[in-house]
Amino acid sequence: MKKLLLGDQAIAQGALDAGLSGVYAYPGTPSTEITEYIQLWHHSHPGSPVHDRWCTNEKTAMEAALGMSFAGKRALVCMKHVGMNVCADAFVNSAVTGVNGGLVVLAADDPSMHSSQNEQDSRFYGKFALIPILEPSNQQECYDMMAYAFDLSERLRLPVLMRIVTRLAHSRAVVDITDSPRPQNPLSDPADPAGWVLLPVRARRKYAQLTAVQPTLQEASAYSPFNKVVTEPKAGKAVIAAGIGYNYLMENYPDGVPFPVLKVSQYPLPVASIRALAAQSDELLVIEDGQPFIEEQLLGLLPVATVIHGRLDGTLPRTGELTPDNVKVALGLASTQTFAPSATVVGRPPALCQGCGHRSVYEALNRVLADFPTSRVFGDIGCYTLGALPPYQALHSCVDMGASITMAKGAADAGIFPAIAVIGDSTFTHSGMTGLLDAVNENSPITIIISDNLTTGMTGGQDSAGTNKFEAICRGIGVADEHLRVVVPLPANMDEITHIIREEIAYKGVSVIIPRRECIQTLARHTRQKKQNTQTPQQ
Amino acid sequence: MKTDIILAGVGGQGILSIATIIGQAALDQGLYIKQAEVHGMSQRGGDVQSNLRISSNPIYSDLIALGTADVIIAMEPMEALRYQPYLSKDGWVITATSPFVNIPNYPDIQAINAALDALPHVVRIDIESLAKANKMPKAANMILLGAAADALGMDFELLRQSVRTVFAAKGDAIVDMNLQALDLGHTHKGLLQ
Repeated sequence: MKKLLLGDQAIAQGALDAGLSGVYAYPGTPSTEITEYIQLWHHSHPGSPVHDRWCTNEKTAMEAALGMSFAGKRALVCMKHVGMNVCADAFVNSAVTGVNGGLVVLAADDPSMHSSQNEQDSRFYGKFALIPILEPSNQQECYDMMAYAFDLSERLRLPVLMRIVTRLAHSRAVVDITDSPRPQNPLSDPADPAGWVLLPVRARRKYAQLTAVQPTLQEASAYSPFNKVVTEPKAGKAVIAAGIGYNYLMENYPDGVPFPVLKVSQYPLPVASIRALAAQSDELLVIEDGQPFIEEQLLGLLPVATVIHGRLDGTLPRTGELTPDNVKVALGLASTQTFAPSATVVGRPPALCQGCGHRSVYEALNRVLADFPTSRVFGDIGCYTLGALPPYQALHSCVDMGASITMAKGAADAGIFPAIAVIGDSTFTHSGMTGLLDAVNENSPITIIISDNLTTGMTGGQDSAGTNKFEAICRGIGVADEHLRVVVPLPANMDEITHIIREEIAYKGVSVIIPRRECIQTLARHTRQKKQNTQTPQQ
Repeated sequence: MKTDIILAGVGGQGILSIATIIGQAALDQGLYIKQAEVHGMSQRGGDVQSNLRISSNPIYSDLIALGTADVIIAMEPMEALRYQPYLSKDGWVITATSPFVNIPNYPDIQAINAALDALPHVVRIDIESLAKANKMPKAANMILLGAAADALGMDFELLRQSVRTVFAAKGDAIVDMNLQALDLGHTHKGLLQ
């Protein structure tokens, strides 16, 4: 059957057809649509036992998936690249325990930072953990690789990292999908139960096993159906093109590439193929999206005399995603005549929606802080990060999930007053709660605003793990009742909100203010659904 | 055949629905498709675009190269201009005429129109007024698609069929309104050229 699917959706469909028992994920662009697709699929297959609820963060997701793998079933973990930092402890150690049921970790990188704070390349994590990495070049490979990845994971008894980039995650193409999906695995015990208890004495044995199996991983790459050598008699130049980079190479040569090409879609690098390629050419061009992962490794694999071009020598830009245009330049092809960019056009940055509750929060905060020139406001990751831009310009930092609270604490420790944290509801449960405990334990003089819109807004309105639990969580962590305030962020309540912010800044301890009003995007969606439900008579 | 299309607009204007209709029509015709979209932060009122490529031969790149787009379809005139470096020298621009002003420094509309005049093939259509006058407020994007239909290299009836397929789940009334909008755009394009 043929279906028009986003790269993300092809991965989801591929996982389902490979006998997936559970997806574990926290929403993050550009990975969100994988889990959403499985949830939608589940909705139309209510009898199928596939776990698909959102997790609190990437670490809880990774651990739950490892637990499912322990039980013998196939599990998928999905996240955006920076989520790898959050789950890194569980991820790296899952390579040491190894797996029982197939375990695939999907990292969606975001070169050019379309919706992210950095360009880190997840392939480094795969190499660091000593596990196989797959990097599809197109949507069909996204689909086909899932069954392959789960099989490989079970054969090697290791987790497999699959790495995609935004342009593949969020681009549609026609994908050929199977008519006979594989059934789920039955429950089973791990082959080496003692190896799951990583006491040093056992961890040493397991880690030695992991390093010993590396030649097998090499061999798997050498014979991978997704790595391909295209030989051409004409020597001189040769190209190594990884993942989506292969497409941009091929796009520039509609009649065929006139020199040898190695397409890399499985790692560790197929060293023998690379050495063979280098032996028949004077110079190598590496086309890879993200950081110079292959290019740096080549320096240690090839004779010093080999000339290597790529992102390190400036043949391709050091930062930003690959495009057909920068690859064309790197290939030395003549550029197409174009119209110059129009001087009339101005930027149109994203903005908080009209009527959004975060707007009232920043309006109130700015009114109060006008009287506190030494105040600093530590922001966090979400729609409300847009409060850093005009018209509010209300934030002094945005670093990583949960950093608002702990940075405010550190700044307060250093003597900054008032130190304010602004964090969203979903980000708070993702990574803010532990920082709040640090602050409570020292009764740090900080004011924390948990702007609760009852959803994970930026990624499109997914369920937020802490909805209806925030007062209880804060009380449980030790925030004093009289300094736990809830307001409704509406322009009409501005006097009340500003008054409360002033009172809590005056208190020299931990305060939490929770402005709570539903995201207007999800509100509109819920209203539409309600209307539809009342119009459709019950069957 | 091969048509490279850039769809442009502001987050929330419905360019992805246009892409879905064209994509479905291409799928029905057995053509190859690549359609790159923008999700995430930009959807909050920022500029958004989609690269849509359809061809009778396999397509490699998800992105359209500079100077090679056959058509730019824009829900907003400044957003049409934003992508002019991608337009091929003999490419077509089909754009809505009403500016969407959500930024303080939105340029003078006359400057935008003058810049559009400098491009070789531009079709302008006041989709908002047409949608309002014909009581189809939510189908302005389908009017625009109708106006662009002839530039896509696809059979118009296939696009109509695609509208039926894509909107089927929303009921006959919605299907009919979108079909009328598509037809309206298709007939108006000549007049406003």
